[in-house]
Amino acid sequence: MARVLVGVKRVIDYAVKIRVKPDKKGVVTDGVKHSMNPFDEIAVEEAVRMKEKKLVSEIIAVSCGPVQSQEVIRTALAMGVDKGIHVEVSGPEYETLQPIHVSKILAKIAQNEKVDLVIVGKQAIDDDSNQTAQMTAAVLDWPQATFASKIEKGDKELTVTREVDGGLETIKCKIPAVISADLRLNEPRYATLPNIMKAKKKPITKVTPKDLGVDISPRIEILSVEDPPVRQAGVILPDVDALVTKLKEGGHVP
Amino acid sequence: MSQRSQVVNLYKTLLHLGKDYPSGYEYFRVRLHNAFMKNKDVTDPEKIKKLIGHGEYIVKEIEALYMLKKYRTLKRRYYNNN
Repeated sequence: MARVLVGVKRVIDYAVKIRVKPDKKGVVTDGVKHSMNPFDEIAVEEAVRMKEKKLVSEIIAVSCGPVQSQEVIRTALAMGVDKGIHVEVSGPEYETLQPIHVSKILAKIAQNEKVDLVIVGKQAIDDDSNQTAQMTAAVLDWPQATFASKIEKGDKELTVTREVDGGLETIKCKIPAVISADLRLNEPRYATLPNIMKAKKKPITKVTPKDLGVDISPRIEILSVEDPPVRQAGVILPDVDALVTKLKEGGHVP
Repeated sequence: MSQRSQVVNLYKTLLHLGKDYPSGYEYFRVRLHNAFMKNKDVTDPEKIKKLIGHGEYIVKEIEALYMLKKYRTLKRRYYNNN
């Protein structure tokens, strides 16, 4: 039976208002609530459902990041994943960690653990890169089924319905493969309190990118991070003439 | 499981869920506590069973609420062009 690797990223919670640091080199993360990337939750849920249907024998969750990333691995374990791998990357290295690095790490682990499927969220809600699944497939030279909204697993192949611009596309691909989960794939379960407690007994292995032989030297330098432009306040005008004058001033009418 | 521990478990589960409540944990905790205290003098096992059932229904509702809130927020953020 198949073994599945799921990628989970720790991101700032979707409900938190993001603030840019005063030095414009990043966003404020200290003391801010973090949680699992919602698209990765969907990926975990899909893997767990496959396991419940007895299509999958073991699920491994992997997360790259600082020590706190273990919290999201725990959440994944509480949702039904069997074991976790924490790839420790912290400090300045984590700030410049890019999908290229993560995909090499995922590919390496996929080979070491002899998995048949890699499922990740289509993108993380913090950097919105939407590259990890595609690059992982490229590094492994496996087929990719991105933006999946429905997955049917056969013995040797997958039938995946993909969300494309203006509709759906159904594709077939061989196993092993890399899948990225879209929003409508499933509704992730809530990690219940007893399951969180039980998850504490499940194993998490700690590795470093160096152990895996992956170079994570920075490819980019962050120059500046800016807030999106704020909407300008409106004005109330006394009459139509004033409105016409204003519109002409603004160049909205000839 | 005795009814007492069932009630305690239910309370713990709800407290855990309350940590993510949109109006804040404190808001939720006070109301949760009041709801349990309101029924503290109930002794009839049948009635307690009904109340536990109601509590479990609330757990399901809150989980559904969180899921829907997350889904809607993501949909608005990433799929707002249609």
